[in-house]
Amino acid sequence: MSGHAHHKETFITKYIFSQDHKMISKQFLITGLLMGVIGIGMSLLFRMQLAWPGESFKIFEVLLGKWAPEGVMDANIYLALVTIHGTIMVFFVLTQGLSGTFSNLLIPLQIGARDMASGFMNMLSYWMFFLSSIIMVSSLFIEAGPAAAGWTIYPPLSALAAAQPGSGLGMTLWLVSMAIFIASSLMGSLNYIVTVINLRTKGMTMTRLPLTIWALFITAVIGVVSFPVLLSAALLLIMDRSFGTSFFLSDIFIGGEVLHYQGGSPVLYEHLFWFLGHPEVYIVLLPALGITSEIIATNSRKPIFGYRAMILSILGIAFLSTIVWGHHMFVSGMNPFLGSVFTFTTLLIAIPSAVKAFNYITTIWKGNLQMNPAMLFSIGLVSTFITGGLTGIILGDSTLDINVHDTYFVVAHFHLVMGISSLYGMFAGIYHWYPKMFGRMLNKNLGYLHFWITAVAAYGVFFPMHFVGLAGVPRRYYDYTNFPLFDELQDTQVVITVFAIIAGFAQLIFLYNFFRSMFYGAPATQNPWKSNTLEWTTPVEHLHGNWPGAIPEVHRWAYDYSKLREDGEYIIPGQDFVPQTVPLIDGEEDSNH
Amino acid sequence: MEATVTHADTTEGRPFKASYGKMMIWFFIVSDALTFSGFLAAYGFSRFKFMDTWPIADEVFTHVPFMHGNPQPMIYVAFMTFVLIISSVTMVLAVDAGHKLKQNRVAWLMFATIIGGLIFVGSQAWEWSTFIRGEYGAVETKGGQILQFVDAETHKQVALSEFAVHLEDDFTGEGATTYSVAGVLKGFEEHGDLLVRTQKLTEDGHKTVLTRAESVAKLEGAKHVVEGANLIRNEYGSKLFGDFFFFITGFHGFHVFSGVILNIIIFANVIVGTYEKRKSYEMVEKVGLYWHFVDLVWVFVFTFFYLV
Repeated sequence: MSGHAHHKETFITKYIFSQDHKMISKQFLITGLLMGVIGIGMSLLFRMQLAWPGESFKIFEVLLGKWAPEGVMDANIYLALVTIHGTIMVFFVLTQGLSGTFSNLLIPLQIGARDMASGFMNMLSYWMFFLSSIIMVSSLFIEAGPAAAGWTIYPPLSALAAAQPGSGLGMTLWLVSMAIFIASSLMGSLNYIVTVINLRTKGMTMTRLPLTIWALFITAVIGVVSFPVLLSAALLLIMDRSFGTSFFLSDIFIGGEVLHYQGGSPVLYEHLFWFLGHPEVYIVLLPALGITSEIIATNSRKPIFGYRAMILSILGIAFLSTIVWGHHMFVSGMNPFLGSVFTFTTLLIAIPSAVKAFNYITTIWKGNLQMNPAMLFSIGLVSTFITGGLTGIILGDSTLDINVHDTYFVVAHFHLVMGISSLYGMFAGIYHWYPKMFGRMLNKNLGYLHFWITAVAAYGVFFPMHFVGLAGVPRRYYDYTNFPLFDELQDTQVVITVFAIIAGFAQLIFLYNFFRSMFYGAPATQNPWKSNTLEWTTPVEHLHGNWPGAIPEVHRWAYDYSKLREDGEYIIPGQDFVPQTVPLIDGEEDSNH
Repeated sequence: MEATVTHADTTEGRPFKASYGKMMIWFFIVSDALTFSGFLAAYGFSRFKFMDTWPIADEVFTHVPFMHGNPQPMIYVAFMTFVLIISSVTMVLAVDAGHKLKQNRVAWLMFATIIGGLIFVGSQAWEWSTFIRGEYGAVETKGGQILQFVDAETHKQVALSEFAVHLEDDFTGEGATTYSVAGVLKGFEEHGDLLVRTQKLTEDGHKTVLTRAESVAKLEGAKHVVEGANLIRNEYGSKLFGDFFFFITGFHGFHVFSGVILNIIIFANVIVGTYEKRKSYEMVEKVGLYWHFVDLVWVFVFTFFYLV
């Protein structure tokens, strides 16, 4: 420690209650990875039930205990596993695990700030995230089992404790956990936003920001706008659950008894929920797209194609994401005219999305490609983003959607376009910035192995799933054996499950690589990927305040790769990249203007 | 870590010449405003659904302290609103005095703001207690409709206590009402000058008053006696009316209460001279932003619950 260490750091202030953004970023990452192991593990369990319904497995008995009498999975725990898998993956892994990690790591480092605007709130944000994770996980261990109303927790299943076993204490814990999670996300987002607005170094104008920062910044803005509406829905739901109000409930009978609830509407809940729920897709996806923009440009040794178009498309996606929520509700009984309005706004999103996909491809085009694991995962993202996006056009159109609504077609669509894409973005980010985070390199060969097995297995899971959905198989069913219609799809279900298990176990390669390299990886060099951005000008050894001396000044955008002078020589002879800190040379034009 | 570490050599930022703290308050306000929007949108959604049976605010909020039995619609809530707006004015003046580093003046104006906030919260407590206690009472039918009683000639509402009968076998356990359904029906039979008024609004915006024969028929479906309001049912009409009233004004009241607490903390800091030493009253400005926001939200709540 040097420079700015004008106070003594103990083990606790350095590793636990740290206010240093780099440490907080690692805390987010490791918590997110642990939650990921739980979430992916759950999906393997319920995939086994789907492939071999009613079969007895020793592993069910070991892991699920009383929920798997004689090794056969119980229907209630199936629903609970689906619910908690969704919740953990969407919120805990891909929202805070992804945004929390990379916003914290990259925002101060790439804009040239010594830390976040408020280190204290940043610390609080992590610890509230940690607390909400603990509460969510603890709901797995209670008598009645965790919440089981699906990750969207529609009332009345979520509002009446007597509705099903998972509607009791498990549901209450879910709501408490999410309320704390929202507070954590709000504090994080406020910090990211004001840091980007206020703390950029000299010369770092908004149009010189790396696209990662743009993506993380807009993600935070979307979070600030949409999470509070989920909070509204959750608070009203808590009132209905615990205090007898009728906001979302009407004309309910349980066991022949009329309940007093009257006048409320579950569709109101759906509106409030999806007003968050749809932007949430972009909260999950945009950071991954930002990371990919950076990695593809660096590893193609070319400037990103259409920098401003990329920014505009991020802004366009952010705006459109708040006016399309109705496409989740085409079969809710919503007015068909309203449905056609939402179809229109939804299909508009294809424009900025296509801009991004084209720009990635044109950036790669004729590039000097460096095929390291980060680059492979980024290209993987472009691939799944396009594959998943194409089915989005079908689902966004109300007339087509009604045929496949709530089938595995939808499951396949959103897993590819937001689940797998974002996970690839997260992996790409980890492979790329691991040297910055831990001062050591990840093993490249294990990275290749990880990518190729994951890429093949992920398509193996989700590609056949489209056909299962087109055949009409509804999602969230425990068992299809009562429907002879679906018998011939059983083999496909087995194929999907086998690929899911392969994909799940492939992640162990990554975890081994991740934790082993922390201690035994090759020491990182100053700028391992020959990148232009500011984070590679900080010392490999972390210090609080990031730069030992003054913060460097920025003179150019982040994408001057392979830029030539008039005489055909590189700007810096013998080096195909020009860091942002290098002033323009005589007669050189600023590439970005 | 001290703030000084982080910001000393930053120059490109601060596009709005605002400190990071002030900007955070702004974004927090954006977020909180959306939470309120969620609630108000839900209120609008639900009210629209029951547009032809929603209670008439002028008939519900008629109470003014010390003027019992003399209905004065909107007077009391107008007073509350006025106090809250005045407290916003004193807050603006406090911020202004802060810019001029006049410690005494800031302290007095903050004090006035706190008093205004307390009067508002106190008034709301009184408003809630009269709402909860109710005035006339009503009965609820099996279908969940509220039936009120009116005088046949004047069409003025009549309280249960003026006609209902106490019966020997009246239920007296927990949650019991003053009268039983049978007691109310008996009283209604005995008073030939009473009619029933339903929730349904007529074309000119009044509630439908039934004829004597219709009233008797309608009362056959009576199931509960309702006195005052709680989260489950209320004597004014639609259940959702009471639910949203309690929830939204409660949520807003909680914001005002938090604002008063924050103001008291800042007030104490002003008095001990924390900001005088700092030569900056920015903290007063920050709580001021929050206070104005809470005030603005009230304008919407007031409009949607009392005016329209």
